[in-house]
Amino acid sequence: MQREVLRMVGINKSFPGVKALNDISLTVEEGEVLALIGENGAGKSTLMKILSGVYTMDSGEIYVSGQPVHIDSPLSATSIGISIIYQELNQMPNLSIAENIFMGREKASFKFLSNKAAMEREAEGLVKQVGLHVGVSTLIGSLSIAQRQMVEVAKALSMNAKIIIMDEPTSSLTDRENEILMDIIRGLRERGVSVVFISHKLNEIFQISDRITVLRDGKNVGTVRTSESDEQQLIEMMVGRSIAEIYPPPLGSKTEETVLQVENICTSLLKNVSFSLQKGEILGFSGLVGAGRTELMNAIFGVDRMSGGAIMVEGQKINVHCPNDAIDHGIGFVPEDRKLKGLIMGMTVRDNITLACLAMISKKNVINQKAEGGVATEYVQKLNIKTPGIEQTVQNLSGGNQQKVVVSKWLTTRPKILILDEPTRGIDVGAKKEIYTLMRQLTAQGMSIIMVSSELSEILGMSDRIIVMHDGTVKGELPGESATQQAIMQLILKDSSQQVQQKGVEE
Amino acid sequence: MKKEKPNTLPPEGALGDVGKGGGVRKRIVGSSTFGVAIILLALCIILTITTGDKFLSSENFLSVFRQFSFTAIMAIGVCLVIITGGIDLSLGSVYAFSGVMSGIAMHWWNLGTAGGLAVGALSGICFGFANGLFITKLQLPPFIATLGTMSIARGVAHGITGGYPISKLERGFKFIGQGYIAGIPAPIVLLVILAVITSFCLRKTILGRHIYAVGGNEEAARVSGVRVDRVKLFVYAFSGLMASIAGMATAARLGVAQSTAGDGMEMDAIAACIIGGASVTGGVGNILGPILGAAIMGVLKNGLVLLSISAYWQKAVMGAVIIIAVTADCMRNRKK
Repeated sequence: MQREVLRMVGINKSFPGVKALNDISLTVEEGEVLALIGENGAGKSTLMKILSGVYTMDSGEIYVSGQPVHIDSPLSATSIGISIIYQELNQMPNLSIAENIFMGREKASFKFLSNKAAMEREAEGLVKQVGLHVGVSTLIGSLSIAQRQMVEVAKALSMNAKIIIMDEPTSSLTDRENEILMDIIRGLRERGVSVVFISHKLNEIFQISDRITVLRDGKNVGTVRTSESDEQQLIEMMVGRSIAEIYPPPLGSKTEETVLQVENICTSLLKNVSFSLQKGEILGFSGLVGAGRTELMNAIFGVDRMSGGAIMVEGQKINVHCPNDAIDHGIGFVPEDRKLKGLIMGMTVRDNITLACLAMISKKNVINQKAEGGVATEYVQKLNIKTPGIEQTVQNLSGGNQQKVVVSKWLTTRPKILILDEPTRGIDVGAKKEIYTLMRQLTAQGMSIIMVSSELSEILGMSDRIIVMHDGTVKGELPGESATQQAIMQLILKDSSQQVQQKGVEE
Repeated sequence: MKKEKPNTLPPEGALGDVGKGGGVRKRIVGSSTFGVAIILLALCIILTITTGDKFLSSENFLSVFRQFSFTAIMAIGVCLVIITGGIDLSLGSVYAFSGVMSGIAMHWWNLGTAGGLAVGALSGICFGFANGLFITKLQLPPFIATLGTMSIARGVAHGITGGYPISKLERGFKFIGQGYIAGIPAPIVLLVILAVITSFCLRKTILGRHIYAVGGNEEAARVSGVRVDRVKLFVYAFSGLMASIAGMATAARLGVAQSTAGDGMEMDAIAACIIGGASVTGGVGNILGPILGAAIMGVLKNGLVLLSISAYWQKAVMGAVIIIAVTADCMRNRKK
């Protein structure tokens, strides 16, 4: 029987207009990995922010190792052994590993002189514990994201954390880095540290967690033992309804007519990439993070310059120097990072939806505001965007609805070709399914879709054809209906073993 | 499922009504411009009480209005730059340079009023355009680029005039600073016309929307097909043009073009934008804000004079006002 290390009872938290948490209770046992899952807006992050002292709760009680505690600041949370590692790491890239670990609690001689040697000595031990083999005077900025996460874990250990919260730690990791993180979490569990793990990726959760707590609409809908649960059950708990199938079946809209032909595109990262896209098909691009898929899409859309190669739309060679040229030739692009490249967060839903089609609803450069409102309203209804109104700023929408706004923006330009880069990253299951259904509808209307995705199940579930990329080149093509996870991984792996050999020779 | 009946959520109040009725009132009252207007009104009331009818006399009122209209014209220009997330420090120098160039055009080159105005405006546009080129093509940070041109414009103005003021300006030219149109001083009329045109462009045209988009998220704007470089070139050129108009109007008002004019005036114009609710991080702002901001500073200066407080204290009070205004705005945003 394991000891209980954390108990949260009857937690309530309201934000203006929203009841974010409604009477939530939760327990964490010593040395276990508890996965916390739920759709976006279910309250996972809010709950963890209360636990780590970023928010204060309206009512409720928290016990750590049986003792009632009062958490009112991040400092008080760390002092009782609760550490949180955020999705977006807040580290100082210009400082060293050791300096980051001891940020805010530097060791000092004579109370004011920074004692660098003592800090580095202690940091070295910590860094080794988490399996990071880099000198502690290395600057954070030169580390990979996985390594930076290890530093965060080391920092949590240095504060004698009993409970470490990880908020979507794997969202920006490659598969290999992911493995390392899983090993670290297993290591923590063996040391008796409890980990609360927030993630959207169910396969990871099955791989690492002991128990799973599901939140929905600010309520705890149940906790299950991982070994006694399956994906179907969890999804149903999360969305509160049964989803027989996430991926709608193909509508047989693929034709043999070539819409887009890309020949020998080269950039600093891409080497002679060629492929073609048929009318009415969904072409999936698979590969590891850094394989060059996003770079390829950026080059096609004119976001990045290409150093060689040709792009042909419906048999006509086109010159793309900037996104505008691509748009003029009927290409739309939903970028990978909607906050950085997809949306203008401070602008309204209306302004974002119509940004790419202003010329169509303007006379002599003066925007017809009535037509603009009409277009925005039309897409809000068509795509079922949940917003209080078209005048709402997009930063107040949930991830899924934000993504629908980006998609709407491109649909207003009536593109022939729509490029979707990680279309469902960070959005909940319900919204995912809506996007998939929309993709099928669009192809049925004769649109062609390129989908870049790092989620293999999505690639396999949606693509008519699959192109596998690695290291800036196309490694192979698979037909959608018969492709398997193994076949894709084989194409990637075959390459990386060659690459390792090559590297060995070079060195 | 949801797809089949999209009518479950949207209809009624959710969509169409926003932007009408209660929505508008809420937006106006909640906006930072409204807050600034309240501050201005409060200031006027306090001054009316403390100085008796001196402040409220139409003579004083128009003179205050005319006084700050020069700053306000510049503020309109730099406001667009600030909305795109940039800054223009060269304003004050371009203001002097344009005034001097218009004087030279009339006095040395005998080009007449129209020639003077054209040469002055062109000088402002050229400097603004140069700022834009440095920022877009050479990728210099706006602060650095305009810091450089600030010094260049001032230096050239000093250099070509040898520091001497140019005083023989055309009568027609002087009208834009000294004249009256239907009893209202010409600079005020000029300000109102420019404000209305700029505000229209900003709110109703594609260019205006693109200006906000660039300030809100430059990268997303570029990916959405906004020609970011063109937008930036425009706003800096426009800022230069506004500075030159203000510079010429001031020269016309004083009847003399000086290379020392407008020293530090860029800070007044930028402060007017900030007090008026523009955000230095970009994406936010309107045209009424900077005008009200300039008005607050103008009224305050006038009030200090009327209350016979030494002019030496003016700057300290202005600084305090900037900090108070921005703090009030931040607090209101935080409450939201």
